[in-house]
Amino acid sequence: MIPDEYLQTFVIECRELLEQMEEALLIVEQAAEDPEIINAIFRAAHTIKGSAGMFGIDHVVVFTHAAESVLDRVRSGDLSMNSVLAALFIEAHDHLKELISHVAEGSHPADETDNHGKSLIAQLEAYLGEMGGTEAEQAPNLGEMPVVHQAKLEREESEAVETDLWHLSLRFGPEVFRNGMDPFSFVRCLSSLGSIVELVTIIDAIPSGEQMDPETCYLGFEISFSSEADKLAIDNIFNFVRSDCFIRILPPRSKASEYQRLIQELPEQEMRLGEILVKCGTLTPEELDSILRIQSQHGDDPQRPIGEVLVEQQMVSPPVVEAALEKQKQVKDNKKSEAQLIRVDAEKLDELINLVGELIIAGAGTNMIARRAGMADLMESTATLSRLVEEVRDSALALRMVQIGATFNRFQRVVRDVSKELGKDVDLVISGAETELDKTVVEKIGDPLTHLVRNSMDHGIESAELRIARGKPAKGTLKLNAYHDAGSIVLEVSDDGGGLNKEKILAKAIERGLVSEGANLSDKEIYNLIFEAGFSTADTVSNLSGRGVGMDVVRSNIQALRGTVDLDSVEGQGSTIRIRLPLTLAIIDGFMVGVGNASYVIPLDMVVECVELRAWASDEGDGQYLNLRGEVLPYRRLRDHFDMEGDMVQRENVVVVRYGEHKAGLVVDRLMGEFQTVIKPLGRLFKGEKSIGGFTILGSGEVALIVDVPGLMGQIEHEREVGEMAVGAAR
Amino acid sequence: MANVKNKKQQPGRIAITGELTIYTALELKDKLLTGLSTAEELELDLSEVGEIDAAGLQLLVMIKQEATAVGKSVRFTGHSPVVLDLLDLSGLAGFFGDPLLFVCKPTHEGKSA
Repeated sequence: MIPDEYLQTFVIECRELLEQMEEALLIVEQAAEDPEIINAIFRAAHTIKGSAGMFGIDHVVVFTHAAESVLDRVRSGDLSMNSVLAALFIEAHDHLKELISHVAEGSHPADETDNHGKSLIAQLEAYLGEMGGTEAEQAPNLGEMPVVHQAKLEREESEAVETDLWHLSLRFGPEVFRNGMDPFSFVRCLSSLGSIVELVTIIDAIPSGEQMDPETCYLGFEISFSSEADKLAIDNIFNFVRSDCFIRILPPRSKASEYQRLIQELPEQEMRLGEILVKCGTLTPEELDSILRIQSQHGDDPQRPIGEVLVEQQMVSPPVVEAALEKQKQVKDNKKSEAQLIRVDAEKLDELINLVGELIIAGAGTNMIARRAGMADLMESTATLSRLVEEVRDSALALRMVQIGATFNRFQRVVRDVSKELGKDVDLVISGAETELDKTVVEKIGDPLTHLVRNSMDHGIESAELRIARGKPAKGTLKLNAYHDAGSIVLEVSDDGGGLNKEKILAKAIERGLVSEGANLSDKEIYNLIFEAGFSTADTVSNLSGRGVGMDVVRSNIQALRGTVDLDSVEGQGSTIRIRLPLTLAIIDGFMVGVGNASYVIPLDMVVECVELRAWASDEGDGQYLNLRGEVLPYRRLRDHFDMEGDMVQRENVVVVRYGEHKAGLVVDRLMGEFQTVIKPLGRLFKGEKSIGGFTILGSGEVALIVDVPGLMGQIEHEREVGEMAVGAAR
Repeated sequence: MANVKNKKQQPGRIAITGELTIYTALELKDKLLTGLSTAEELELDLSEVGEIDAAGLQLLVMIKQEATAVGKSVRFTGHSPVVLDLLDLSGLAGFFGDPLLFVCKPTHEGKSA
């Protein structure tokens, strides 16, 4: 089996390549042929095939090979890329993606998938057949790759090394001596089956002086061996050491790619090229000639000295040279890219953010003490410290930031598929792709966005006939836009479709009992009605049909990210849905209030204003409503809500909070000001508590609960309904 | 049994007699390293080695490399037939004769790619 870590790398790489491929395919499908883009598709397919081959994932190799062959035709200009072919490749891409995900899960594709793959291969091969060319039949195996370095790689796969010798690579395990075996006895035993032409003892692993354990085996052999025996007989010699040894036996005339794989498998890193070749080598004059040719082509190449070594030693065939060079290059390349990009476990980042959070808390504590002590020096130095901590916080959060572009680009595909489905011609225009936001948010915003995009295409953009009749271009346009705005990120989905029909929405809402008849609602309020839960029905009138389907789900998803969503629409010209999200989920600006002995934090962006309670002469509306400049404001004493004890204070304050279109007043004892808050989640024990969103630790070490405003409002609402029902029942 | 004789009490010369195998490797390793630490130039007389195996060979490689590392030299003399046989089989004769021929030196690496 393939070791997990390699497999994972393979899967990640394949997925990246597939993403590139999809992107390129979508461009190709739209526009004319661009050789660069076709090349990009080809390279992606080629690389996937290559690495799948290395891991021996044959079904992926077979499938990719078919696609690659056709792509090669396109590249060389024998076939022209058209939208039909591009669509076929998109299907092939999807199939490949499925195969890769099976590889990732270690599962086997279902028969259905297999059959689908076969039919795709058949369709692809039909393109090769159409060529009718004799080439296609003679050399399905890529003899004629136009690009030089790829041609070489391909040749490795098909060309056998012309040697009559077996090649054995042995690396003995450390316990061999202690198990009473002598590696040389196997060599002698081998002599009984044939003759050893060349044996190189690998002593690279022997540690120096003190570290060496004389009873541990560090040896290995590279043997070229001439024998008439079959592989099984040779293999059997090593029966006794098989368990803890690395043994590779390559029969005569093995494919060069086998040698290549062997070189890649050998434990010796960065070993001198010449030495690898000496170890692997057996040689024919023609192969030597090839080496000479390669060397003379790159006459002034720094690789020349090694070429000379090879010539002197006369030990290798050209594909093997390449394999060795490839290995060296890989090591170098890996080192280079490692320096530029590091893949980091998301958990480690979370941990860092967590620690930074603690740092902020500790810093706040120090600040407080400094202020209390009144030492100017100390205050100054804590000020510097907090500035630095803030910078650390910002860079730590920046680590988690990713560009929205990748997410947006995925919608190219969604738009393409949905347009096909609906028979509409829709263009996707992306802007603000470089806008960054928290990775967690990006992951969670995908689904709601997809929903909105589909909705806009389905119900927003009209059919081509209608569009022409309305004097718009037949092709609809859908825009995805992102930008930063005052500490939050805004994502916009806009279309140039028919827009929303206010009257119909209002009528529907009244019918559903969402608003009372005669209610005076602003346009915006009416539009936002479609996000109401009760609005999601199937049998809505055409113009606004379905716009409400699942919109409440979209809204609640976005609210779960502490975001908001609203909608603008101009009838006949289109609508824009605007999602506003916080930049990060871990740290918020809070407004701290005191109730009794405890402190609570209210997210600052929800606080509208603070008013002294005495500004109202007395409670109106049975202790449930206040009159806020003529507006009915439901309110709640946090003291009552959280069942706090302690003395009442003289001057209570009302914090007016707003969430979405709702406003409410929270009566608190003290206002304590703004406070940067690191949100810590509550334990599962408190899962049922809707009005608390989390907690934070204050500088003093005390715990402050974070009020979940939407949750609290929901709870108040619910209690009121229950109360009303009770009153109703009592009558 | 393997024995180490300091013939004529001559420093820098160790004669290994009898077995140069896994059974004696542990004890020989210390002796060889001690011998190397006390002399600039160490001569190992292998003329009386009656038996040698891979562990013994590994030991010889180690002492040779160790000597090279600290800038001293180790010479093997009077190889007995079993030693010659194994050197031949392992293809390491060249390594002992000319330490630079086969040893992988990272200094060559830079040029190769």
